[in-house]
Amino acid sequence: MTVQTRSLPAPLYAARNIVTFLLRQPTSAFGLIVLAILIGAAALAPWIATHDPYVQNLGNVLQPPGNGHLFGTDELGRDIFSRLIWGARITLTIIFLVTIVVGPLGMIVGTVAGYFGGKVDLVMMRITDIFLSFPSLILSLAFVAALGPSLNNAIIAIGLTAWPPIARLARAETMTFRNADYIAAARLQGASSLRIIVKSIMPMCLPSVVIRLTLNMATVILTAAGLGFLGLGAQPPLPEWGAMIATGRRYMIDSWWLVTFPGLSILCVSLAFNLLGDGLRDALDPKQMNRR
Amino acid sequence: MTASVEIENLSISFGTVKVLPSVSFSVAPGECFGLVGESGSGKSTVLRCVSMLTDFWSGTVRIGGKDVRSLPLAERCRLLQMVFQDPYGSLHPRQSVRTVLAEPLRIHGLGDREARMRQALVDVGLPVDFLDRFPHQLSGGQRQRVAIARALILEPAVLLLDEPTSALDVSVQAEILNLLARLREMRGFTYIMVTHDLAVVDHMCDRFAVMQSGEVTEILPRSAIAGNGATHPYARELIGASLEYEGQR
Repeated sequence: MTVQTRSLPAPLYAARNIVTFLLRQPTSAFGLIVLAILIGAAALAPWIATHDPYVQNLGNVLQPPGNGHLFGTDELGRDIFSRLIWGARITLTIIFLVTIVVGPLGMIVGTVAGYFGGKVDLVMMRITDIFLSFPSLILSLAFVAALGPSLNNAIIAIGLTAWPPIARLARAETMTFRNADYIAAARLQGASSLRIIVKSIMPMCLPSVVIRLTLNMATVILTAAGLGFLGLGAQPPLPEWGAMIATGRRYMIDSWWLVTFPGLSILCVSLAFNLLGDGLRDALDPKQMNRR
Repeated sequence: MTASVEIENLSISFGTVKVLPSVSFSVAPGECFGLVGESGSGKSTVLRCVSMLTDFWSGTVRIGGKDVRSLPLAERCRLLQMVFQDPYGSLHPRQSVRTVLAEPLRIHGLGDREARMRQALVDVGLPVDFLDRFPHQLSGGQRQRVAIARALILEPAVLLLDEPTSALDVSVQAEILNLLARLREMRGFTYIMVTHDLAVVDHMCDRFAVMQSGEVTEILPRSAIAGNGATHPYARELIGASLEYEGQR
């Protein structure tokens, strides 16, 4: 009973500490704020968006910013600002799904390979090497080509190509402390390998994996945008940012706003995740614990 | 519950290096047996072999008359536990004392956890509210007490002590040694204690073995320290050096 009352506030307290730490530095504060705006925009899209993102108005195409359209209209007369706001939902879905696939998968492969070593390590790491040696966009292209172009397939493809660096990282981390005394103590207590990996090793890998995942999100967004740009990700009329740039490209010379605003959105969000990842690295570094 | 430990012809090689050619000694139930020798003489390796942390050795190790190799894992864990040298490395940095102590109880399906954990902390002289502390909130001596509590909680018969005090400063060393001596009186543990320090042996152990490059050169009773009663030249030299050092202090 005392367990719940005492241990429940502890993670919340830690989370608050981390957020305070991140907000204290301008760069990571920027990342956090952009991320907050992105989530806010995605959650409140129906209220923030000024127009329906799918309604076409062929009498009002390629309007420059202004005149009731904050970022102008595209080649079918749709409001670009509203499409960007709705597109935030797609971006967040991609990031969320990729992260919950890539994080656990990379971590399991890495910790198992690192903990057991020997042949298990050899086999798992060679598989990882094979995935690593393909350029991720090309591999994604191959997956999408095989599975057919759609947003979900793009997410699966990105997930399948983004886990090897996480696995490598988790393996390297695991190897640094698999011979530590506390692991030996756990073995002496009769803990099974599964128990040691889940309870002792994964908590130690978690901070660096979280940092790596955050830094990876920028790549994930760019790959998703790239797939969208090539027409292999989100299909029209979905307001995915990469796809918006792809269709806007044909009108780029005369109507700069078609590609500029989706491009800036991708830039801001990727940058935000990179800065946030850097900030998290400082925040989760045990050597900096004392400063909080 | 007490148990004897018998080691016969224990030998192990790491790659081509033969670390222990052939080690044999036996420890009576309830005895405290010291292993001394210079760094790299294989003292800790003996403990790691006995505890099966390293399992590619040959020879026989019997605890309470049973071969450790054929003992089921759960039974072995309840028969023998180990306290490590460095209290800063032997506690998981992200686990609270409660987790550290509750894990072995969960693994072995022992009930009445809360009472057992409290008892273990009381036994090692820590306040019960330390259960919710994390290792970084404890001093070195307190950490080592937690490590001892973790070893005690499965109520083993044999405790392997791998230089349990060498990472601590002198006054804390004395506290931990007194604690270990008191626990042995209370519970009748069999100790095998690795140490560099002959003063520790003099304080704790009934008999001790002097090791040199993987071999037990001589097994001596505690009384051999004061008058340097060793016969093997290396053991004589080691005890002589230690007495000289003690004399200077």
